[in-house]
Amino acid sequence: MAAGAVAKPMDPESVEALAAQEFARIVETHRPQIFRFLLSSTRDVDLAETLTQECFLKAHRHWGQFRGDSTAMTWLMRIALNLEKDHWRNRRLQFWRQTRTNAVDLDEASEWLPSGERSAEQKLLAREQVKKVWKVVETLSDRQRRVFLLRYVEEMELSEIAQITGLSEGTVKAHLSRALARVRREVGGTR
Amino acid sequence: MTFDKRNSLEATEAELQQALQDFRQTVHAWSEAEYARPRSVQSVAARHTWKWALTWAMGCVLAIGGLGAGLYEHHQQQAAKGNETPQQQQMTAAAAQSAAPEVNAPVKEVPAQEATEMDASLLAAVDSDVSRQVPSEMEPLAQLMESEVSR
Repeated sequence: MAAGAVAKPMDPESVEALAAQEFARIVETHRPQIFRFLLSSTRDVDLAETLTQECFLKAHRHWGQFRGDSTAMTWLMRIALNLEKDHWRNRRLQFWRQTRTNAVDLDEASEWLPSGERSAEQKLLAREQVKKVWKVVETLSDRQRRVFLLRYVEEMELSEIAQITGLSEGTVKAHLSRALARVRREVGGTR
Repeated sequence: MTFDKRNSLEATEAELQQALQDFRQTVHAWSEAEYARPRSVQSVAARHTWKWALTWAMGCVLAIGGLGAGLYEHHQQQAAKGNETPQQQQMTAAAAQSAAPEVNAPVKEVPAQEATEMDASLLAAVDSDVSRQVPSEMEPLAQLMESEVSR
């Protein structure tokens, strides 16, 4: 390029193509994690799949508004969390509609424990413990459950959780502490 | 804190950490399995089609049932009307007879004439029988009555 040459502005089609490419990459990277969070939160495969689709649809619509203040993952997780909240709110309002859910029971959810190098007895004990954790998660408040799952399933930092949930870090810590205390009580109850 | 107690707490904490790790692994394994599982949109469409078909079938059954019930009821009413017609005709005929006796008069005239004739012949027979059966001791009295009548 000759010295002093002005960079040519990109034409709109190229900008759109680049944005689409970038978004496709974001979907590919983060979709499994969003699906996992929604699956653990709802224990309903179909619902998690639907909400994941909605999440990326919404993200695609508002992709231009994403300023990059937070990571794409945090932004997407926040959308997913809001969609889940909306879903349950709508379900409560539409109580006359189908009340049955496709959520799998705790036994089935605990069956997915990888066997690893454990004896049959150890596997059985581990499965029982996982079932207990599921049981506690089921009884936690919405906020506690979300914070707990983001921390112990998605392994997110407290600051990220605070950004996603819109709570302060102190509140996140408090919710997490209460949730953990209940899990500890349940898991330690076998002793 | 005693040594045993500290050991116990550490064991509990280790157990908790292990449970949380297993929980995380369980969710990850489940999610990966479900995520990798192929999904077809057709199944959803088929389910909706099936629901629509069921709804339509139910609607048709209800409509046909309603129509059939209506037709059956109508038929029953018609049949009931058909059964009542002869009675009504009889009642009408009876009412007509009582309302117009002059129409039936010539019909009744013949039996009345016959009856009068029969009565007359019967009375004549009775008279003759009675006359025959009057004892001989009563003959003078009968003659006396006849003479009284002739006077």
